[in-house]
Amino acid sequence: MTVNWVAFTPLSALIGGCLIGFAAALLLAVNGRIMGASGILAGLIVSAKTGKGEAESKSWRWLFVAGTVTGPLLVWMVGGKPIDIQPVASGLTLPAAGLLVGFGAAFGSGCTSGHGICGLARLSIRSLVAVLSFMASGLITVYLIRHLLWVWP
Amino acid sequence: MKPSFLVFCSGVIFGMGLAVSGMLNPSKVVGFLDLFGEWDPSLAFVMGGGMVVNFIGFRLITRHGKPLFAPRFMLPLKTNIEMPLVIGAAIFGVGWAMAGLCPGPAIASVLLNPADGVLFLVLMCAGLAAGRLLARRLDR
Repeated sequence: MTVNWVAFTPLSALIGGCLIGFAAALLLAVNGRIMGASGILAGLIVSAKTGKGEAESKSWRWLFVAGTVTGPLLVWMVGGKPIDIQPVASGLTLPAAGLLVGFGAAFGSGCTSGHGICGLARLSIRSLVAVLSFMASGLITVYLIRHLLWVWP
Repeated sequence: MKPSFLVFCSGVIFGMGLAVSGMLNPSKVVGFLDLFGEWDPSLAFVMGGGMVVNFIGFRLITRHGKPLFAPRFMLPLKTNIEMPLVIGAAIFGVGWAMAGLCPGPAIASVLLNPADGVLFLVLMCAGLAAGRLLARRLDR
């Protein structure tokens, strides 16, 4: 293992992380919801269970998603330079990854935001297990693709 | 301020945080997962910053009996560790590592890189629906 000091950006990572944590606290304070991107999006496709069959309003989900799309555009406008995006997947890998990410997040009740940022902050054991599980499978997958199969450099 | 505006603001701040932190860049995310190659530890700082701020916020906020504009806090009730949790998270991790995208950044970057973003988002939504429906069927 060697640290890539050129790519390492601790300050912007920390500032961005704090913003994400603040966003999660704001959503909790306003409408009592956990800020999990996969759960919020999934609720727009397959309605969330609300107990006694009461219809849940989806408008807050649309508003949150609209805000999430808007945020990076503001950063782009204010910062004056485009957000750095270097894709790693192409061809069939990209849609396959999309399916796996969606299925896994819904089946495992959360993703990096719901389990990672919110669950760990609530000291949820379930979220800790989920984070360890997806970190482990992520590390193994990158190791296989990059260092054993040499699919991408 | 209206609750709907504040929810939108929460989304905006989330999207800004993802953009500032570099997590919209798939190659940076994969750089974090590349522990056995040229490792970029940045994502740990994103998680750490987010967790600490939210840890304090969560405690301060839930001390009040209820949220500002909702009857109660909607927190996850499950506490048991079951197979779908572990297996689902593991499958999620594989996809996350393959494309360097998870649900938050997939939503946030859809307009910045629509060529890849729309395709990924559509398939991710299909996966979300399938995963949720299967989890419910097993839950019954």
